[in-house]
Amino acid sequence: MANAHDNASGVVKVHDERAEILAIEERILGVLDEMGYPSASGFAVRLAFEEAITNAFEHGHRERPNEAVTVEYAVDTRSVQITIEDKGPGFDPGIIPDPTLDENLDKPFGRGIMLIRSFMSDVAFNPSGNRLTMRYDRPPNGSGA
Amino acid sequence: MAGDSRLRIREADGVTQVEFVDRNILDEANIQAIGEEIGSIIEGAPEPKLVISFSNVDHLSSAALGALITINNKVRAKSGALRLSNIDPQIYEVFMITRLNKIFEIHDSTEQAVESLA
Repeated sequence: MANAHDNASGVVKVHDERAEILAIEERILGVLDEMGYPSASGFAVRLAFEEAITNAFEHGHRERPNEAVTVEYAVDTRSVQITIEDKGPGFDPGIIPDPTLDENLDKPFGRGIMLIRSFMSDVAFNPSGNRLTMRYDRPPNGSGA
Repeated sequence: MAGDSRLRIREADGVTQVEFVDRNILDEANIQAIGEEIGSIIEGAPEPKLVISFSNVDHLSSAALGALITINNKVRAKSGALRLSNIDPQIYEVFMITRLNKIFEIHDSTEQAVESLA
């Protein structure tokens, strides 16, 4: 049976305020630290979280800047799962151009989802595209320190 | 405004050296301010030569990468030169994944970056 040191989870409403975003981010990263995840894991999770919540506010809540998005997280000793849901109309992640193509390299946008996919173990959107769930699997001992 | 700057800027031998004050370049408002401040340096130079050091930086976002690309485009439009330096290995991985290491000239140290502009 898991005890308090083996897992942590929560659901938080977050407004587009830097202090609120940092509070939940630091809470999740603090749990990773407590569970002995390597620093590379913290880097990956912070990067993916920042990209995901930025997208939720910038695109999902463009027309509703005062409304909160919902962040749900669950961390145990093997993996981290974070879901971010906004109240926007959603989007089709399949239509985002590949930012690594030569013709897109000097475009200053369009890399967020690609970075999330690169640093997370699994990424899924709900059918309407306004809820992103991402999972990070802890690397084997001795790697990614 | 100078008191609000998130940058340390120094001029030497015709090269503008820029360092970030913050360890994390994630906040949209800060990124916009950084882009505007460096943009004004570029506008003020006939043929800008810039070295941007990441020696203090632990994290950056895709919006920060976007700001760097915009800076690079502005520098190229004025036939100037931009070098990046002191990039942490984890951040360098971000440049590799996005293939932005192909459009930026990246050096291990500021000294090497400045020498490359001589």
